[in-house]
Amino acid sequence: MAEMQLREALRRAMTEEMRRDERVFLMGEEVAYYDGAYKVSQGMLAEFGDRRIIDTPIAENGFCGIGIGAAMAGLRPIIELMTWNFSLVAFDQIINSAAKVYNMTAGEFTCPIVFRGANGAAENLASQHSQALESLYAHFPGLKVISTSTPSDAYGLLKSAIRDPDPVIFMESELAYGLKGEVPDEEFLIPIGKGEIKRDGTDVTLVTWNKQVATCHAAADALAKEGISARVLDLRTIRPLDEELLFRCALETHRVVVVQEGFTFAGVGAEIAARVQEACFDALDAPVLRVTNRDVNQPYATNLEKLVMPSAQRVVEAARAVCGR
Amino acid sequence: MAEADVPAVEVGREQLLEWYEKMALIRRVEELAAKAYTLRKILGFCHLYIGQEAVAVGAVAALNPDDQLITAYRLHGHAIAKGITPKAVLAELFGKATGAAHGVGGSMHMASKAVEFWGGYGIVGAHVPLGAGAAFANKYTGDGRVSMTFLGDGAAQQGAFYEAICMAQLWRLPAVFVVENNYYAMGTSVDRQSYLTDMSQRGAGVGMKHWQFEAFDVVDVYRNLKAAVDHARSGEGPVLLEAVTYRYRGHSMSDPAKYRKDGELESHRKEHDGLKLAEMRLKELGMTDDELKAVVDRVKAEAQEAYDFAEQSPEPDPAKLYDYTYAEP
Ligand SMILES: Cc1ncc(C[n+]2csc(CCOP(=O)(O)OP(=O)(O)O)c2C)c(N)n1
Ligand SMILES: [Mg+2]
Repeated sequence: MAEMQLREALRRAMTEEMRRDERVFLMGEEVAYYDGAYKVSQGMLAEFGDRRIIDTPIAENGFCGIGIGAAMAGLRPIIELMTWNFSLVAFDQIINSAAKVYNMTAGEFTCPIVFRGANGAAENLASQHSQALESLYAHFPGLKVISTSTPSDAYGLLKSAIRDPDPVIFMESELAYGLKGEVPDEEFLIPIGKGEIKRDGTDVTLVTWNKQVATCHAAADALAKEGISARVLDLRTIRPLDEELLFRCALETHRVVVVQEGFTFAGVGAEIAARVQEACFDALDAPVLRVTNRDVNQPYATNLEKLVMPSAQRVVEAARAVCGR
Repeated sequence: MAEADVPAVEVGREQLLEWYEKMALIRRVEELAAKAYTLRKILGFCHLYIGQEAVAVGAVAALNPDDQLITAYRLHGHAIAKGITPKAVLAELFGKATGAAHGVGGSMHMASKAVEFWGGYGIVGAHVPLGAGAAFANKYTGDGRVSMTFLGDGAAQQGAFYEAICMAQLWRLPAVFVVENNYYAMGTSVDRQSYLTDMSQRGAGVGMKHWQFEAFDVVDVYRNLKAAVDHARSGEGPVLLEAVTYRYRGHSMSDPAKYRKDGELESHRKEHDGLKLAEMRLKELGMTDDELKAVVDRVKAEAQEAYDFAEQSPEPDPAKLYDYTYAEP
């Protein structure tokens, strides 16, 4: 078992997959000679050379599309988006090409590609650089969406994503790249579509993913002091959703709070709330609540930004509310 | 027209002095911004324009006050040149209520309709169509204004840029596009992001008038931009320029800029510094060292005053968090 940073775990996953499969390559802005804008690909150019670690111009629509074409031709591209904000430049290619190729060609072509990069707010980056876009990508059949930030989960899931026959959206976190966690030395894969209970509890389930898992842990600590036992369910994959585990948690704790970055309206939380009430209505003791970004573009100033982001305090308040406290 | 055909201009001492003072002010304000950043008074991304001041100042000199200017996130120089006060710029960087964007935008986003400074955009290349759109409106209303759009060498690789110049030329919009080639897009040098390294040549493919010029000397910048603006205003169509320049600092405050070639930065500072070149010209026109020093002192005082203003200004009011989500009907 080794302690490693999230960026190191991602690098280990990519490096191992590139060693085992000649078809895998990494392409994106600053991934090669600069060693990655966030140093995720550090040293990979030195090992694999510039045939397989490829710097691109700032042309997301172009290089995402080129990746999709290469995947249709049988290669296994990993496309790094410096952050997911910039994926919006390539939204057309990801949605209208990657997500639909397999279906539109009735299976003649597959599109085994991974789009990966930092998602969600870092700090003080204002409205265009702070977006959490899970709900946007999860909307479309044909895409798989992973959003995770513990080193071990990121490692196991990225390996699965690279081997997956379909396009996978893989969301990391700028603030978590330097955070350390234990990762087993033995190679392992984590299946796409499986959540994990990160902390057990009996009164309420906090459903979350990526760096809001940490917010929920902090909230669960605070709730424990008040005698509320909170379970933390880390979905890890947004689509396909681990409904089995989600519903089991809802049935066992009778109360659910979804904690997500990104906006409330048509967010992933809305989907989870809808599904939980459809499947578990009779078992619920309270409506499903959501803690999300406030419904406003991300402000730069620290005092305003703090108000906008989900916080442990807001999670505590929501948990109290569903527990009738 | 090629650079060789751009007519010469007469620039008098008063004019040059004004430009010099503006360049010096921009540099001083940014030096203070760099200091504030290391003290964590400024947060997030902060992209400094130091080394490129001659471009914004010489270009704005070629515009009328009501002509529009739009740029990306490396905006402090353009903002001050176009007329946003150093106080409003620094207060924005400090995230204060008195900032040009009331603390909402930070270093990358601010604007002022009064001086037709359109901001301030963080998605590389995405603002270029907006600049063309301003020119579209100018043509539509026939108001005789010209829009000027600045972008980086990296942004010239984006589809949005290419699509915008295609339509700007097709519709003969009164627009000037200025690619500030400062050698790098983050850590990637121009020759590693484009087969052609003169971005003005992108204009050839759409039939747009275009040329490249060295943009270190503010008088050269003015001369070239004046010719381009005159052309655009005449109704004959837009112009695409590449202004060759150089940035002295890293891409943003967190970039150590290890990718530079040996001696590159030093030689630019020595031979191509816009402030030094203007000082030389001013001395040729008879300015004394004392007179120059008086200007520098004035600039330092103004920048310091802006810094103090930013520091002492209040934080944004949380009650205004939701302002500016939707406009008043
Ligand atoms: C669409 C998009 N992709 C990537 C980025 C990240 N990024 C910010 S600035 C930059 C480099 C831009 O270089 P250039 O256009 O030459 O402008 P300069 O920074 O040199 O002024 C990159 C890659 C971004 N902001 N937007
Ligand atoms: Mg550049």
